[in-house]
Amino acid sequence: MATAETNLKKIQVQRYEPESDPDQHYLNEETGLWAWLTTVDHKKIGLMYLASVTFFFFVGGIMALLVRTELWTPAKTFIEANTYNQIFTLHGAIMVFLFLVPSVPAALGNFFLPLQLGAKDVAFPRLNLLSYYLYVAGALIALISIVNGGIDTGWTFYTPYSSTTGGAVTIMTFGVFVIGFSSILTGVNFITTIHKMRAPGLSWDKLSLFCWSLYATSIIQILATPVLAITLALVGMERILGIGIFDPALGGDPVLYQHFFWFYSHPAVYIMIVPGFGIVSEVISTFSKKHIFGYWAIALSSLAIAFIGFLVWGHHMFVSGQASLASMVFSFLTFLVGIPTGIKMFNWTATLYKGSIRVASPLLYIFGFFFLFLVGGLTGIVLGSIALNVHLHDTYYVVAHFHFVMVGGMVMAFLAGVHYWWPKMTGRMYNETMAKISCVTIFIGFNVTFLPQFVMGSLGMPRRYFNYIEQFQIYHQISTVGSYILGIGFMMIFYYLIRSLYKGKKAEPNPWGSRALEWQVNSLPPLHNFHHTPVIINGPYDYHKPMDEFQLGLAENGHGHAPQHEAEVSSQEPTKAE
Amino acid sequence: MANHSTSTHSQFFQHHFVDAEQQFDAAKMGMWVFLVTEILFFGGLFAAYIVYRLWYPELFVMASEELNTLWGGVNTIVLIGSSLTVAMAIKSAQLNQKRNIAINLGITIALAAIFMVIKYFEWTHKFHLGIFPGEFYAFDGIDHPKANVFFSLYYLMTGLHGIHVVIGIGLMVWLLLRSMKGHFDSEYYTPVEITGLYWHLVDIIWIFLFPLFYLID
Repeated sequence: MATAETNLKKIQVQRYEPESDPDQHYLNEETGLWAWLTTVDHKKIGLMYLASVTFFFFVGGIMALLVRTELWTPAKTFIEANTYNQIFTLHGAIMVFLFLVPSVPAALGNFFLPLQLGAKDVAFPRLNLLSYYLYVAGALIALISIVNGGIDTGWTFYTPYSSTTGGAVTIMTFGVFVIGFSSILTGVNFITTIHKMRAPGLSWDKLSLFCWSLYATSIIQILATPVLAITLALVGMERILGIGIFDPALGGDPVLYQHFFWFYSHPAVYIMIVPGFGIVSEVISTFSKKHIFGYWAIALSSLAIAFIGFLVWGHHMFVSGQASLASMVFSFLTFLVGIPTGIKMFNWTATLYKGSIRVASPLLYIFGFFFLFLVGGLTGIVLGSIALNVHLHDTYYVVAHFHFVMVGGMVMAFLAGVHYWWPKMTGRMYNETMAKISCVTIFIGFNVTFLPQFVMGSLGMPRRYFNYIEQFQIYHQISTVGSYILGIGFMMIFYYLIRSLYKGKKAEPNPWGSRALEWQVNSLPPLHNFHHTPVIINGPYDYHKPMDEFQLGLAENGHGHAPQHEAEVSSQEPTKAE
Repeated sequence: MANHSTSTHSQFFQHHFVDAEQQFDAAKMGMWVFLVTEILFFGGLFAAYIVYRLWYPELFVMASEELNTLWGGVNTIVLIGSSLTVAMAIKSAQLNQKRNIAINLGITIALAAIFMVIKYFEWTHKFHLGIFPGEFYAFDGIDHPKANVFFSLYYLMTGLHGIHVVIGIGLMVWLLLRSMKGHFDSEYYTPVEITGLYWHLVDIIWIFLFPLFYLID
């Protein structure tokens, strides 16, 4: 036993070393299908999200391969033009709403946010389960739209086309509406959890940067997603009742739709990428064995991105006929986003400087992230300047840009996170060599797919087109070959991760030697995360301090919620540090 | 609120909180954050209102005359009254007056129902005149080509507000049943408190809707 001082209050603490391979853990304390479906445990809900987003990533990925294969020749290759329109629409809608938005916050965030806060669960566990079911319901509704006529509007649902075309647009927008509420409720839950559920001693300056990034993301989710919900509800009303808000034939304004849509969908880009930034910070620090460089700069730049992200939506509308003064202001504000993003990049590279770097596969994915996200970010600056944007608008240059950010940035960060936390989530180690090979495969495949798109985009190849002139064929073919390499890379990851569940060797509680709180519990973690109330006296990146200072918990606290310990929990109360 | 103490003995205490105070604070904060999302949700419609009002100011003045200011005013008073009674229900809980919680909730439900009944008669009267939203608009009393857009907005905004009133009624019926079982006292009244917060938001939105639609003529 020892005495620790948090905020000048003396409390009795004890060291709790994590066990590897414990008898009881979150996967075997409650078993059976019904226990899974009705669980309020954030870790199981996180795993269910992980399985769901992986499934939809594969569905969306197959659609991407179909699109790329169809574009092998300038005219029809093997699918009809209308089918092609539906497939690229679904590729976009599925990847954005069913994979990218929930991937890190809802899957990895759900699993690790309470662990990093030293909490037993999120603030509202049942609401968390409801969010998951709303996500599933929305996904099913969206799938119904596929068999019920399909949609060919593109994932942006621009009016008046979306309000007049045939097909199942109403069902699809309703599905996205429902998924939107899943996202909103997750945001509400996370913000409350971060504010109210932190362990004793876990002050804001000791919060992990992953939590900071989820905090910034949640703020965007709660402020932007309701606007998307009402916008899509209006599109639905437009189709059902002909209310005419967006339809020029009825006196409405289609540009108003674009304003509403991008007021959500631009910040939504940051919903997708900011949690990835959080993973980068965690992984960089862990594998450099070094305190993160510029903690506050990274933490606050996430909030700055969230804030500025709300002021730039007009840069999607430079050619929509909005006022040229508005375009200039939006262009200027768009450049500002580059500042906090650049701050992050410099701080991450500075963290590596003079660190004792171990190039394990999570870090390798982060290196991939650096190169690809840098290209994605810098081409974003190019697109933010009005003159170039008018030339490049709606070309493959834009397609390549956002794939570099979303796939090169976000998917690489997501994969880094999956590899980093896999031992904690599953208790198993994957094959490190195969992980490195597939990381390199994906990096190569990605560049072969999307670098040619920059070239053909700047030469004038418009996005979404079914036919194209022959001079672009070579670029399309290189891109298609690259997409197959990319597909092989993802299949390899899927193979060795699944294999590790059965054949992988048992993971130690802290295989990377991290100082972060989630590594100070057993692998697998217990059902209620901690057998003790953790006490935090050091930050999660304090690698210059000994490990035993990171494994402290309230002494004489026991399980914390077993009846025989209740009196002791109460008696500890006066010493709780805020 | 002072007497939350550090009790962990209430049957409604959830195990993942440290004490009842943390549970209460978390619930309250969660509801405040949710109310922010509600404001943004309605915000889209208010933005549409602003845009169209700037474009067609004369239309809004003309069309507003079709709305019955008297009944709109009565509804405003009814809804403000219900906000008072829900606040009284919370105060009763804090003072541990269990019977008064149920009485005040009952009055709140009744006032909310009156609001919906008045709303029903307002809408059906307009349908009777042929004032439908959007392309179904069939009223020729307003000499303006975009009159349908005004009523689209009117039906959407009051309709969405009405849905919120109905949800509020549902929540308060649930609270009423629970309070009659004696679930709420000065130690535990979190659901009453946060439903009250929600109900005040519904009230405030109406306080904006009323002048924006009824009082501009």
